Amino acid sequence: MQQRVDFHSRIEQALGNPQLKASLRSAMDGLMANRKACFPDADALEALRLRGAQIRANALSKLPQLLLQLEQRCTQNGIRVHWAESVDEANGIVLGIMREHQAELLIKGKSMVSEEMDLNRFLEAQGIECLESDLGEYILQLAGEPPSHIVAPAIHKTRQDIARLFKEKFPDIPYSDDVDTLTRNARGILRKKFYAASAGLSGVNFAVAESGTLCLVENEGNGRMCTTVPPVHIAVTGIEKVVEKLAHVPPLLKLLTRSATGQHITTYFNMISGPRRTGEKDGPKEVHLVLLDNGRSRIYEDNELVNTLRCIRCGACMNHCPIYTRIGGHAYGTTIPGPIGSILEPQKAGLDNLGELPVASTLCGACAEVCPVRIPIPTLLNRLRYERIRSDHDGATHGQGSGRTRKEAAIWKAWSWLHRSPVRYRLALTLATRLRKILPLGLGPWTRVRKPPRIAAKNLHRRAREEGFNDR
Amino acid sequence: MTDKARDAILQRLRNRQPGFDTPSQRVAIETPSWPMEARIAQFKSMLESVRAEVHVVEPENWTDCLKTLVAEKQINNLLYAKQGPLAEAIEAAWGDTLLPELVCDERPVDEWKEEIFFQTDAAVTSARAAIAETGSLVLWPDAFEPRTWSLVPPVHFVIVDGEKLYNTFAEVVEAEQWARQMPTNALLVSGPSKSADIQQTLAYGVHGPTELIVILKASS
Ligand code: SF4
Repeated sequence: MQQRVDFHSRIEQALGNPQLKASLRSAMDGLMANRKACFPDADALEALRLRGAQIRANALSKLPQLLLQLEQRCTQNGIRVHWAESVDEANGIVLGIMREHQAELLIKGKSMVSEEMDLNRFLEAQGIECLESDLGEYILQLAGEPPSHIVAPAIHKTRQDIARLFKEKFPDIPYSDDVDTLTRNARGILRKKFYAASAGLSGVNFAVAESGTLCLVENEGNGRMCTTVPPVHIAVTGIEKVVEKLAHVPPLLKLLTRSATGQHITTYFNMISGPRRTGEKDGPKEVHLVLLDNGRSRIYEDNELVNTLRCIRCGACMNHCPIYTRIGGHAYGTTIPGPIGSILEPQKAGLDNLGELPVASTLCGACAEVCPVRIPIPTLLNRLRYERIRSDHDGATHGQGSGRTRKEAAIWKAWSWLHRSPVRYRLALTLATRLRKILPLGLGPWTRVRKPPRIAAKNLHRRAREEGFNDR
Repeated sequence: MTDKARDAILQRLRNRQPGFDTPSQRVAIETPSWPMEARIAQFKSMLESVRAEVHVVEPENWTDCLKTLVAEKQINNLLYAKQGPLAEAIEAAWGDTLLPELVCDERPVDEWKEEIFFQTDAAVTSARAAIAETGSLVLWPDAFEPRTWSLVPPVHFVIVDGEKLYNTFAEVVEAEQWARQMPTNALLVSGPSKSADIQQTLAYGVHGPTELIVILKASS
C-alpha cells in the first residue's frame, strides 16, 4: 500500500513540474527523431528486429548451457567467474575482491546492474569510495540522485542545474553553464581518479559464450578507462546477458546503438576477453565477472514472461512511451523505469510490491513497435495485470493475487453472470434505462475530472426495434 | 558461496519447462557491399560526421601527411611504438628537428603512468582493419601498441591500410574468424570520445581522445 501511495505522489510531483515535462518532451522528441533517421528502410528494420529477437530468444533457450560455456571460456582466458543468487551475494563478492587488494577507490563505468545492487551505498558503508565516471552518472552522484533513464541518466537535468551543482561542489572552478566547459572540467577531475583508482567496475552489454568475451558499448571512453587502467577490473552482469556466438554481436550492436540514441555506432565498442597477458604492457592484471541472478531464473520459468529477459537495455521503449515522457524515470521508483521496467521490476520485487507499475500504461503499443528484440511489452503488461488478480496461485510470479479485491471480483462475477444469458442481459439493460436517474454516476478517478456519461432513456435494442429492425 | 549459488542457479534454469517460442522465420539481412571508392567515401563521411579527421593518401605519402598534421596541431611529443609496424617509416621520415619529439617507453605502462596521463600530447598507432558502414577502426592493442595509447593521450593518430577496409563489422568478424582468436582486448573506435549527457548537447573529448585523426592509405 505504501508503495502505491509513493508511486501516486511521485507521479503528482512529476506532473506538477513543468520544467521536467518540457525537458523530457524535447529530449524524447530528439531521441525518437534520431532513431527514425537511423532506420530509413522499414523492411530492413523489421528484418533486423526479427534477427535480434531470434538471437536473444536462441540464447535464452540455451541459457544454462551457454552460461556454462561462458564460464569455461572465460576461465580459460584468465577471467575469474563468480555467481551470485542475490544482490547481497553480489555485493559481498565485489567487497571480497576489493578487500583482497586493499583497494580503497572503485571507479565505475555505467552499469545498471550495479544500480540494481545499490553497490555504491553498500561499499561506502564499508569505507570504500565508489566513483561514477560516466558523465551523466557522475553528475547524478554529485547531486545524490539515482538515474532517471537507462541510457541518458541525467536527462531530467538542465545545463543550468548542472552548472549550479558543479559550482556548489567545486567552488574553486569558475561557474559556467557552457556544455563544453562543464565537460572539460569533469574530464580534468575524473582523469586524476582514473589515474589513482585501484579497481574499475563495468557492466556488460553482451557476454559471448563461444569466446568468453565481454562486450561494452560506450561513447565517452570512461568504460575503457575503468576496464584498462586500474589493476583490477570487475564486470557485473545479469545472467541473461549471454549470447551464443560472436557473429551474433554485430546485428545486436547495430540494433542497440540505433535504437538507443540513433547513432550508427557508438564511439567505442570494447571487447574484453581476458586480463593482460605476459608481455602486454597494460590492461588489468585481474578480470572478474560476477553473474547475478536476483530473480531472473524465476522469470525464466514462465514461457511468456521469459521474453522480458530478451531486453538489450536500449531505452527505446521509454523514449517512445507517452507515460514515461510525462512522468520521467524517477516517478517509477525502480532501477529500470519505463515500459521495460514496468514488466521487469514487478517480476523481481513481486506484484505485492510493484503491482501498480503494469497498470500505469495506456497499452498504446509504441514500446513493442520500437523494441529492437520485439518484446511484446503490452501483452506482458496485461499478463502481469492478470497475475496480480488471479486467485489460483498457479503462476511463478511473486505476489500474484495481491491486487485482488472482493468487491472487484464480485462485480466481474456479476457481470459475467449477466452476460451469459440474453434474458438477464436485456432485463438488466431495461432496468438500467428505467433507473438511470438514480444510478450512481461516480466512476472513480475517471469521473473526477470528466463529466460522467449518462445512460440513454432507450437502449439500442429498443431503438432498433422501434425503427423496424427485427432482432430475432 | 559462489559454488552453491552457481549450482542453485543452473539447477533452476534447467528445471524450466521446455516450450520456448523462438521466432524461427529465416531472415535475410541485406548487407551493403560497396566498390572500393564508395567504401572509402562511406568510411570518410561516417567518421567526419562525428568530428574525426580523415585523410586519404597514397600509401607512400602517409608519413608526409602525418608530419604536416603534427606540425599544424603544434604537438610537442608524439608517442609511437618503436617495435611496432609503423616505426621504420616514422623514424626514417622524422630526422627534422622542428618536428615534435618522438617518444616511446617500452616499460609496462604502470611504470610511466604519470607521463602518459599528464605529459603526452598525442599517440600514433596502426589499425588492424577498418569498417566502412559505421566509420570504425578495428584495433587489437598488443605488446607494442598497448591499450592505453589509443585512449589516454588527447590526440590519437591512426594509420590504416585501405586494403583492410571492410564493408561491415559482421564481415570482419566472419572473414578474420575472430571467434577462434580473440585477443585480450579488441576495439572498434568510431570517432573522438563524446557525450550528450548534459542536456542532450554533444560535447567532444570527455575521457578519451578529444581528436581522432585517421590517415587512410589507398592508391588511386
Ligand atoms: S524492452 Fe526493448 S525497447 Fe525497451 S529497453 Fe529493452 S530492448 Fe530496448
